[in-house]
Amino acid sequence: MTGNEAIAEGAIQAGCTFYAGYPITPQNELTAYMANHMQKSGGVFIQAEAELAAINMVFGAAAAGARAMTSSSSPGISLKQEGISYIAGAELPAVIANVMRGGPGLGNIAPAQSDYFQATRSGGHGDYHCLVLAPASVQESYDLTCLAFTLADKYRSPAIILSDGLLGQMMEPLLVRKEGKIELPAKPWALTGCTGRQANVVKSFYLKEGDLEKLNLKLQKKYKEIQQKEQRWEEFFLTDAKVALVAYGTMARIARSAVKVLREKGKKVGLLRPLTLWPFPKKAFTMPKKKYLVIEMSYGQMLEDVQLALCGKAGVEFLGRSGGGIPSEQEIIVKVNKIYHGKNI
Amino acid sequence: MTERIIIAGSGGQGIMLLGKIIAEAALLQGKFVTWLPAYGPEVRGGAAHCMIIIADDEIGSPFIDKADSLIIMNQLSLVKFKSRLKNNGLMIINSSLAKLDNKLKFKAAEGRCTDIAEGLGNIKAANVVALGMYLASKKIISVENTLGVIKKMAPQDKPELLKVNLEALEKGRELVKNG
Repeated sequence: MTGNEAIAEGAIQAGCTFYAGYPITPQNELTAYMANHMQKSGGVFIQAEAELAAINMVFGAAAAGARAMTSSSSPGISLKQEGISYIAGAELPAVIANVMRGGPGLGNIAPAQSDYFQATRSGGHGDYHCLVLAPASVQESYDLTCLAFTLADKYRSPAIILSDGLLGQMMEPLLVRKEGKIELPAKPWALTGCTGRQANVVKSFYLKEGDLEKLNLKLQKKYKEIQQKEQRWEEFFLTDAKVALVAYGTMARIARSAVKVLREKGKKVGLLRPLTLWPFPKKAFTMPKKKYLVIEMSYGQMLEDVQLALCGKAGVEFLGRSGGGIPSEQEIIVKVNKIYHGKNI
Repeated sequence: MTERIIIAGSGGQGIMLLGKIIAEAALLQGKFVTWLPAYGPEVRGGAAHCMIIIADDEIGSPFIDKADSLIIMNQLSLVKFKSRLKNNGLMIINSSLAKLDNKLKFKAAEGRCTDIAEGLGNIKAANVVALGMYLASKKIISVENTLGVIKKMAPQDKPELLKVNLEALEKGRELVKNG
């Protein structure tokens, strides 16, 4: 199964009953899979007329209490930002998958990680955050999509799956969970028809003085809780490492290969792989004696979060390419060797 | 064990499918496996390739820089990918559509896959002839598992297609076995 299909299957497994999307390479397998399977599983699939329509349909479905999802790739995700901001402002749960490609502009269709800032820094207007999860395998594309729905519901917040073209297109074996029906949380705030109860209101528009500030303070409190409770990461040969690589998604797989090669040569090198990009796993950066090497398919976006997490307590180096360029295992090994022998610090 | 395979040819030659058969057969043997296509505005007749990694351990990068095995189905792919084969790597080449020069730094198995497939009555089975050659050259995936995957993939309502493909596989294996 491809990574794209695994995201779709994960969503269905998680009880997603509403999907709206608009085609764009390299995420089309996701939309196609939903077209094939959504109805069979009792859900709704809509190929919308545009990205804006799709995200606003998700907005509506989420307001009605459904587990709702859309997906796209970089330029399409830019188009959805207005809707994502509205969903965050209305405190609705929704899942958005971004299978990143090269930018800026229409860019190309090669894999990239250049939407990190957009995903982790509230890509639309206003003071909000989305939960951002970064799978690095087909299995994780599935698992983290399930988790994204759980977290989105728990915090009534949009959650982003940040994948990339390579991960979306590749096939790997997938173990599908054989659980029966998932128990969905109650949503007493949803717009389900107010016969016999007081009407619920879902909105992001607050004109009365002080009301919007109240909403913002509530959001900030929620974001603080998320930052405390939901940081996730994986460590690979990290404890005794002199040089710690930091990478996520596809780049983390390539970094992992480099770590294996370097370990075989007796070099103490490890990998720290963030699973959540927001909240960024600051708690993992507790070993200031190391040297850190951040590797991205972009020109230094996660790099800033690593620098913030370390507050100048450790040296941070960077290796990145973008626009379709992918740092190779060999490039990483060369860079690590330089840092290891103190040539670059 | 890690086996890195690049398969390259022209769109319509069944390059992606050949990769999937190898990947699924390896999966049946309990191996870790990744399959990575070249994706994009690909068209019939344009360039196509995919990368398969088979390993005993978890696979890091699915991207292949230097391959252990290269399966080449046309001349354009030979030019594009021959430098990506490791020294002493294995090249399976469809000599109906690609010509090797004499300076070889690798093992090569040549077979007129396209002609053979045409002889069997279906030119599209050229990829499976190449698969047979690969199976006989490297014992990484078994014939039994490969047959299992092909039988599973073949459309039930067209038994003649399965027959041609099984013959194509056998012809490919014979080519290598008989040197």
